[in-house]
Amino acid sequence: MSAQQRNARRIVRDIAHARAGDKGNTSNVNVWAYDPKDFDLLKRTLTPERITHAFPNLIRGKVERYVIEHLHGLNFVMQDALEGGVNRSLNLDSHGKSWSYLILGLELEERADDRF
Amino acid sequence: MSDSSPVFRIGTGAGFSSDRLDPAVDLVERGDLDVLVLECLGERTVAFSHRDRMADTERGYNAHLRRRMQALLPACSAAGTTIITNMGAANPRAAAARTVEVARQLGLNGLKIACIEGDDVSALVPANQPFMDEPGSLSDVAMPVVGMNAYLGADAIIPALEAGADVIIGGRLADPSMYLAPLAHRFNWDATDMPRMGAGTLVGHLLECGMQVTGGYFADPGVKDVPNLANCGYPIAEVQSDGSAIITKLDGTGGCVTPATIKEQLLYEVHDPSRYLTPDVTADFSRVQIGVAGADRVKVSNATGTTRPQTLKVTVGFDAGFQGEAGVSYAGPAAQERGRLATDIVRERLSRVHGLTEDLRVDLIGVSSLFATAGVRAADAQDVRLHVALRSCAKEDAEIMLWEIESLLCCGPAGGGGFRGSIVPCVMTKSVLIERERVKPTLTVFVA
Repeated sequence: MSAQQRNARRIVRDIAHARAGDKGNTSNVNVWAYDPKDFDLLKRTLTPERITHAFPNLIRGKVERYVIEHLHGLNFVMQDALEGGVNRSLNLDSHGKSWSYLILGLELEERADDRF
Repeated sequence: MSDSSPVFRIGTGAGFSSDRLDPAVDLVERGDLDVLVLECLGERTVAFSHRDRMADTERGYNAHLRRRMQALLPACSAAGTTIITNMGAANPRAAAARTVEVARQLGLNGLKIACIEGDDVSALVPANQPFMDEPGSLSDVAMPVVGMNAYLGADAIIPALEAGADVIIGGRLADPSMYLAPLAHRFNWDATDMPRMGAGTLVGHLLECGMQVTGGYFADPGVKDVPNLANCGYPIAEVQSDGSAIITKLDGTGGCVTPATIKEQLLYEVHDPSRYLTPDVTADFSRVQIGVAGADRVKVSNATGTTRPQTLKVTVGFDAGFQGEAGVSYAGPAAQERGRLATDIVRERLSRVHGLTEDLRVDLIGVSSLFATAGVRAADAQDVRLHVALRSCAKEDAEIMLWEIESLLCCGPAGGGGFRGSIVPCVMTKSVLIERERVKPTLTVFVA
């Protein structure tokens, strides 16, 4: 691996996949590590605090994280996170289906030992 | 398939109101299914259906019902496959009557078509009933109510199976309950056997969104490639008497069934994985085991459950007026700047000339629209579209907005083109709870 590759900032999409769903004004996004070896990095990167701080104007309520350890998955339940939800939001994506890619677009919090 | 087979084969032929039909016909013709489920009802779909029924008492069921039945009844009849569907929406009786007509036209006389009613609880819910999941009550909403439907569980569907129905049509049948009911009926699971109720609910939960478990809504080129997605196959579950199942699809169809497609659907619209509430059970998916059992074959097991909720969820639909949407596009050098100028003009004129500032949103597609509130913006777009949305109880407000956007063609920034505008009816929904004992499902069986 070249120095340039080591320095390139990777995003969550590089190690995980995700799907978003909605119930009222609450969004949930489930996120799964492709490789179990990356699950610690995923957990370290995606904390409720990180998500709240990344999108403060959008994700306005409590963020809960459920860990599915044996399947290497995380489920985020984000309250008041859909601009009112499908009943009120005038966003083209009023269900927040694309929120999975908000999460997948976040940069990984990598340490020197993560890729070796 | 004979009743003595140890494996029960259940498939999905629609996972939402506008889902594809041709792969459903293929599934029935080649799938050797015991049951085909057509899940066609979202919370807001029920409310829209109530609006349809108010306009015409013979409507209020799924718009594709006739075409779906015309295509599926012959194949299901030939294969001995029972159809279970919530396509009745706000008018299951009319949907059953249409289905009887279609069966007779196809020469399928003698077909037994069951109609489940009793989910309409508008006469049972007090006007000041508190909301299920937020402060306030129904009386706080100024909009007119269009309908109230309780989620019915497997116990409302099983009597229709016992009556030997070939087609079972209901309104607000809970999605996973349409799968759990035939499993419980075939394997004689008791309604108090919560581990089995949880296992059957997992099968339903994985299959209820159709192709979302067979590679649909999954492809992300380069990281999640899906073969032949244009010809994606609907899912089949091969269920054992203990509730474990193989999730698969027909040979020769597109898509894929992998642990990854199963996992994304496992927690789709689930909050606490150990407490997924349905009318039948508090399902626990937190310890589900997922294992590869062959090409496009994945085994799921170890779902369980605890006591079902004592109350049923009720969706209350309101008439929320109209939503107008309109847009104009800009491309080439300085497209973003011209688009932003159009944005400013629209905001100023809608406010100053027309007094329209509430329930209004202005986006610049290509720069920021879906992620506008999240604060994510594309910097280099040269092909952008002004998009304006407005909701109002007065249709005239939406009409005025459309007129203003179209006027940009002559009065706005240079090079704008491609005006489109549309106005559609709008609904709003709220959730309340009702005591289970007060909801009395009924069964009527028609013979074609």
